[in-house]
Amino acid sequence: MSELSKKRPEFRNINAFKDLTTYRLPAAGWVSILHRVSGLLMFILLPFLVWMFDKSITSEISHASLTSAFNVGTGMYAGWFLKLTVLGLIWGYLHHLIAGLRHLYMDRTHKVDKAFGKSSAVFTLVVSIALTVALGAKLFGIY
Amino acid sequence: MSSDFGSKRVVVGAHYGLRDWMVQRATASLMAIFTFIVLAHLLFTSGPLTYEVWAGIFAAQWMKALTFVTFIALAWHAWVGMRDIWMDYVKPVGIRLALHVATIVWLLACLGWAIQALWRL
Repeated sequence: MSELSKKRPEFRNINAFKDLTTYRLPAAGWVSILHRVSGLLMFILLPFLVWMFDKSITSEISHASLTSAFNVGTGMYAGWFLKLTVLGLIWGYLHHLIAGLRHLYMDRTHKVDKAFGKSSAVFTLVVSIALTVALGAKLFGIY
Repeated sequence: MSSDFGSKRVVVGAHYGLRDWMVQRATASLMAIFTFIVLAHLLFTSGPLTYEVWAGIFAAQWMKALTFVTFIALAWHAWVGMRDIWMDYVKPVGIRLALHVATIVWLLACLGWAIQALWRL
């Protein structure tokens, strides 16, 4: 075996810090990776979500304790921190839902041309972020 | 069955996608419908969102049943998605298996808790 064939270059691995940051994703690419990120986020925060559901629905007393947790905090968690976590969940849910409906619509209609892929991706990003900002303002009592 | 696999195909027990693809869309549709029902309740409720109003949404038997099924759909959906993530990024079989098992434990624990909270109502 010659020296050349022994040392054939391999391009198997990318460096997450050096290479990923140089990627310039189109809008649909951002929707795609954020779909995955938002799903992972909600998976990690699932116990927090169930905790809120439990507190909110079990009794009037637990419901009131949840309300106060968001206002003045509970245990080691401050109220603003809980609100920020919920805001993360809100964004994750909105992005995942809208991106998911986009998927279902494409599956159903086979509208997968380049222009529609871009416009629907921009729609997903704009609407999910706009609604997150609006609901976040409400959550933090700005209006 | 063995004739289904070519000599160069690595059998990883992943069902090659179709069933999971269908499950992902069916459970997603159910969760979307559930979301819009709860959202409609909230939008058509006037006044402050008290405990009575909030718990009232889930009190009806049909809504309880729908919520129950939606919780299961959520856990199943999250399982398919999380397994995709592990399969994409984690190559060593032992670590991947451990993560798969941990994912199932995590999801079932949350599912049991959510159903318990729902059914106490």
